[in-house]
Amino acid sequence: MTQTAKPSVQHPGLKPNKLGLTRRDYEGTQSTLCAGCGHDSITAAIVQAFFELDMPPHRVAKLSGIGCSSKTPTYFLSEAHGFNSLHGRMPSIATGANAANSDLAYIGVSGDGDSLSIGLGGFCHLIRRNVNMLYMLENNGVYGLTKGQFSASADVGTKAKRGEENQMRPIDPASMALTLGASFVARSFSGDKKQLVPLIKAGLTHRGFALVDIISPCVTFNDHEGSTKSYAHTREHGHEVVETDFVPLLHEIKAEQDHGASTAVTMHDGSVVRFRSVDEHYDPTDRDAAYAHLKKLQAKGEVATGLLFIEPTSRDLHAFENTVDEPLVGVPFEKLCPGSGVLTELQSRWR
Amino acid sequence: MDQGSRDRTDDFVVTNDFVIKVATVNGTGSASANGMLMQAIFRMGVPVSGKNVFPSNIQGLPTWYEIRVNKDGHVARSRHVDLMVAMNPKTYEQDIAEVRPGGAVLFDSSWPLDEELFRADVLFLGVPLSHMCVENFTGARERILMKNIAYVGAVAALLSIDVEVIEEMLGEKFSAKQHLMDSNNVAIRLGYDYAMEHFAGLLRVRLEAMDANRDSVLMTGNMAAALGCVYAGATVGAWYPITPATSLMDSFRGFCAKLRKDPETGKNLYCVIQAEDELAAIGMVLGAGWMGARAFTPTSGAGLSLMNEFLGLAYYAEIPAVIFDVQRAGPSTGMPTRTQQGDFFTVAFASHGDTKHILLFPGDPTECFYFAVKAFDLAERFQTPVFVVSDLDIGMNDWVCDKLEWDDAFVPDRGKVLSAEDLQGMDQFYRYLDVDGDGIPARSLPGVDPKGAYFTRGSGHDRFGRYTEDGDLYQDVVDRIARKIEGAAEALPPPEVRLDNDAAVGLVTVGSCRGAVLEAIELLAEEGIALDFLRVTGFPFSTAVEEFLLSHDLNIVVEQNRDGQLKRLLMLETAVPKRKLASVLDYQGSPLSAHVVVQGVRDQLGLVAVEAG
Repeated sequence: MTQTAKPSVQHPGLKPNKLGLTRRDYEGTQSTLCAGCGHDSITAAIVQAFFELDMPPHRVAKLSGIGCSSKTPTYFLSEAHGFNSLHGRMPSIATGANAANSDLAYIGVSGDGDSLSIGLGGFCHLIRRNVNMLYMLENNGVYGLTKGQFSASADVGTKAKRGEENQMRPIDPASMALTLGASFVARSFSGDKKQLVPLIKAGLTHRGFALVDIISPCVTFNDHEGSTKSYAHTREHGHEVVETDFVPLLHEIKAEQDHGASTAVTMHDGSVVRFRSVDEHYDPTDRDAAYAHLKKLQAKGEVATGLLFIEPTSRDLHAFENTVDEPLVGVPFEKLCPGSGVLTELQSRWR
Repeated sequence: MDQGSRDRTDDFVVTNDFVIKVATVNGTGSASANGMLMQAIFRMGVPVSGKNVFPSNIQGLPTWYEIRVNKDGHVARSRHVDLMVAMNPKTYEQDIAEVRPGGAVLFDSSWPLDEELFRADVLFLGVPLSHMCVENFTGARERILMKNIAYVGAVAALLSIDVEVIEEMLGEKFSAKQHLMDSNNVAIRLGYDYAMEHFAGLLRVRLEAMDANRDSVLMTGNMAAALGCVYAGATVGAWYPITPATSLMDSFRGFCAKLRKDPETGKNLYCVIQAEDELAAIGMVLGAGWMGARAFTPTSGAGLSLMNEFLGLAYYAEIPAVIFDVQRAGPSTGMPTRTQQGDFFTVAFASHGDTKHILLFPGDPTECFYFAVKAFDLAERFQTPVFVVSDLDIGMNDWVCDKLEWDDAFVPDRGKVLSAEDLQGMDQFYRYLDVDGDGIPARSLPGVDPKGAYFTRGSGHDRFGRYTEDGDLYQDVVDRIARKIEGAAEALPPPEVRLDNDAAVGLVTVGSCRGAVLEAIELLAEEGIALDFLRVTGFPFSTAVEEFLLSHDLNIVVEQNRDGQLKRLLMLETAVPKRKLASVLDYQGSPLSAHVVVQGVRDQLGLVAVEAG
């Protein structure tokens, strides 16, 4: 089949953002995923987040690996450069791209097969390098394009469509990311746009690596009775530990807004993430406590959601590498080539 | 006449034509001592080479260093050892057996040499190196290190190497470390004085200053390639450590630490990332190339195998990348510290599916520099991965080679990259549309302009950059890419051709084999066998390569692998008939020697005579 463009219907009622762009300007081509796929809801949340952040689409780079989830960057931001890379290899492409051009916003979309099996090594090292990007892990517990094999995130006891039961322990990206030192770890559900949109905005604004693990049910292969990643199961067992609100820089905070007993974390650019703990005493800036709480809920069969952990002042790849503030792609050749004089001088010592 | 059958009478002294081999134990600090010996000969203006033969080991296994001195400039490896510096008792037997009749063995006489090891036709020169070092130095480590410097002193005395040259070198090396300079000077004198006192004038080989190295420098291919990356304007390097490519990135970092600091902030105008594996290393290079940076990765065979899938992506999605393949003996882990030319097939067609890659084959470190610069230009011009294919011998050994020159008017060839202005002036931008008819479409870089946006992908796409599974649209793109790569053949560095002999038979070679093959041609000419010379420097092959092959009755391809990979590539990719090609192969892991070529050519020509008869 061939890529299909969305019909260019103009909706005169669409409200523009500060750049004068409408939500349609943040969309991409028509999705070719199954009707009802969780991934499509996530795409819609991504569109909304970018639109509301007033980000110029062409200043975004969108990347993915291979799999159903990795197809989705085609479905948003058609004016952004995209890179649909190899299975499990998006992290290295994103790292190199970010090394070369630190000026763009980076969003990577991956799945549980892509990130937790074939690409687990690269995923871990992406976290370790704290590459400045938002990493969306659309997690459904199965391989969709190859028709329903368990993935590494499948829970013990979850049943495949044909009845087979998974025996092995799952790899949980959120708790793994916490132990690897990730500076931003969130989890959400594709069916909860209200929670997801502020998380995407906060993740995009965070300087460093931001993981959003999103339970995204596969309607075709993993939405049946006995599956722990179905819509029904996730709705029933999802457990929001913190409510998150994202306030962009210079955004007027309305006085009447009730923040309850909220706490605020200021991001590197001055924007603010507000939390309201649903669970008593939950502190999303305490890595060990976050990990312990996650595990405690997991033991009860519950899935902790929300912004689980944030370290707003972490050092990213460019800080480790001590690179110049300007993007390397923008450095003129004259500043890079030392010239003939230096060559002569160097060689005078090679004797 | 084979160089090895050269007769000498006892009163015959050979000047500037000999081989020294130093046998030591890995990890004892002998490498720098041996390098010093070679450097001293270089500074005396005499053509010289130094080949390090080392194990995959940190400490304890035997290691050798071979120095060949030849006034005529033939410095390929030679199997004939005139002076063996035998410092490793574990290999005494084989080392002593290797010395040519009339040659000499220098050994540490602190302990007696086993009776059985002595040979009547070889001179044994015992210097009590360990004793001297125990008496003059303190601490186990210093005693071991200084023993190396002491044998350098002894060798200097035996061969008439100017000891002042060595002292001058020590002065430069240890200018900031007075203590080390003092120790080294003492050690040099210990060996030198002892040898002068006991063995002066005994050796039948010696050195005499010449002026052959005025326009030369000493460098390794990896150093030169790294410097080429700096000069080409590369900003992103990603790699996974692997022998024998490691020193390339080490050198790049070293050069950048001095030459690539922002003068105002002191921050880096480059980014070197040590990747988690070679898959990630090439992925990072492609990510950076996609963004418009000049990016590279150095690797060797095992790393290349891991990179295969990404190389197909780069070829098909048309992303510039530069890969340095410093070849070592394969397959698998193979012999990681031994040289070979066994990756030609791997690099020429890396990846599944139909691919063909641009390759450059430097023949020495000087070419590593120029070809590195060229590789970045070609990669961007043709929007594809370009491989600079050297080997362990070129990459890691110090070579005496032509000084590098740089033209300050150089402007990098960035290829067809559209600016925001270009894009704004277009009705519509399509990434893979062959507007100019040369198979090379224009590309846009992320972040430049909304009109330039497209999807880079390894899945099927049409000329407009859209996803497709339509056979015709798919084929349209892959056929164009094939045309594009073919078009690169004449843009590569021209092959080296020597038709002086206007012979019916051509010797064809590649890379580090150059020196041994040219020496063999001279030796065979003395036997009345005339041979023309072709050194291939790039792939796809240019018409000059094809014409050379077609114009000779027989082309003997000399290369360092088991399967005649270059010969087979020539068979596949040129019009030359199979009967016109023959092979001389050497793949035991050491740099090539002329005698292997001489013998191989004799054998091949014998076969031809039988066939013709």
